[in-house]
Amino acid sequence: MSTGALPTAGPMMPEPLRVRSLRRETADTFTVSLDVSERPGGFPFQPGQFNMLYAFGVGEVPISISGDPARPGELLHTVRTVGAVTEALRRVGRGGRMGVRGPYGRPWPLEEARGLDVVVVAGGLGLAPLRSAILHLLRHRTEYGRVSLLVGARSPEGLLYRRELARWQEDARLKVLVTVDQAGPEWKGHVGVVPALLRDVELEPSRTVALMCGPEVMMRFTVRELERQGVPDSRIHLSLERNMKCAVGFCGHCQLVPFFVCKDGPVLPYDRLRPFINPREV
Amino acid sequence: MASSLPPIEEHPFLRGLSPEQVKAIACDVREVSFPAGALLLREGDEARTLFLLRSGRVSLELNVPGQGPRQLETLKAGDILGLSWLFPPYRWHLDARAVEPVESFALDASCLRGPSPEHPVLEPALAMRLLRQLYERLERVRMQRMDLYKVGP
Ligand SMILES: Cc1cc2nc3c(=O)[nH]c(=O)nc-3n(C[C@H](O)[C@H](O)[C@H](O)COP(=O)(O)OP(=O)(O)OC[C@H]3O[C@@H](n4cnc5c(N)ncnc54)[C@H](O)[C@@H]3O)c2cc1C
Ligand code: FES
Repeated sequence: MSTGALPTAGPMMPEPLRVRSLRRETADTFTVSLDVSERPGGFPFQPGQFNMLYAFGVGEVPISISGDPARPGELLHTVRTVGAVTEALRRVGRGGRMGVRGPYGRPWPLEEARGLDVVVVAGGLGLAPLRSAILHLLRHRTEYGRVSLLVGARSPEGLLYRRELARWQEDARLKVLVTVDQAGPEWKGHVGVVPALLRDVELEPSRTVALMCGPEVMMRFTVRELERQGVPDSRIHLSLERNMKCAVGFCGHCQLVPFFVCKDGPVLPYDRLRPFINPREV
Repeated sequence: MASSLPPIEEHPFLRGLSPEQVKAIACDVREVSFPAGALLLREGDEARTLFLLRSGRVSLELNVPGQGPRQLETLKAGDILGLSWLFPPYRWHLDARAVEPVESFALDASCLRGPSPEHPVLEPALAMRLLRQLYERLERVRMQRMDLYKVGP
């Protein structure tokens, strides 16, 4: 039995925060900045953690924090409108309020990765929870070995943070490779699947840590390619998505056999995940 | 320039083969280069070359009537290009365009498959490597077809 203190009503109560700005990223994705100026110390979090965002009267959903962990005065989330709650969050608009509780979950293992090469692999919206990790890596660049970022999307129009991505591509401290599944003749970048990009990364398997978020099938194929190249499973970290309700390990909604994704994850190493997500859940 | 690039036996497609095997496979080989924008293969043309790409990037394209060319996959140094010479009707069924200047080895198909195209005699090592390339390409195409980034089930 757990000896830890039980969460009280406190952690379950969303805090209403005002929408400072809303920026469109792609046709169905926007980044919302929430006003935390009245909170002493702002909203500290660790890269990879998420909040529960509440659209009043509609419902609550888990959304990763996509901002810079070194700037807790700015709370950012990048949201894709896929259904009732995310659509209601978009409609809140500038000046309106949404409920927030968090931060929750196990973050990216950036301490453990210190001194090692880091390969960051993002598919589609998966770049959102990895953005905070990339900003951390850039801020503490000298503490890490080679840092590579591989990004995949359905089409050039589906790429998140396009301007920032272009800046990162110019940044000599990072190797950035971008690919899309389909493109017209105007696209001068790579066309193909994300795992194929790994061939262009100089990997020293024994000193490589991989951080990955995206559609699970993409992650499985990428894991296989990393394994083929000799990266140990314990150094491959995946961020998982499961339906959530409480986000604090109570309700079991997010259960993946032995794990509560909200509490034990969302970031988990592949050696622990392997029996449960590969090839199919039981 | 091509001269500073590794020799043919060090191309990833052939790496690890004995000098005799390389000689048997690369029995008729040329060094070729293409400026950005040039077509290496054109849909409908006779297929008689296996390219081993040495530098640059190539886009495989399919022309969709009314929409123009769609890029299907990018190939780059270390990849091979062009397999339609293996089977009748020996015609390219895609375009391949240099996205940036490309250096490549061009292996002659009639030499690769032997004197009789209908009954090709492939070096076993070549056959295995082609199979592997095809298998890996199949895996990538399967993944692309799943349209992984779309929302919902
Ligand atoms: C830890 C964690 C972090 C997350 N981070 C983000 C984030 O940063 N940004 C973000 O936009 N979303 C994120 N999500 C996913 C987000 O929580 C869901 O998209 C949201 O719950 C959908 O709620 P809805 O009511 O709008 O849509 P629903 O009505 O619940 O779903 C509408 C449709 O979308 C599909 N759908 C639902 N969830 C997903 C999903 N995760 N992926 C693909 N299709 C889905 C459903 O199958 C359904 O067809 C995260 C999820 C988890 C668990
Ligand atoms: S969401 Fe309730 S246990 Fe994880």
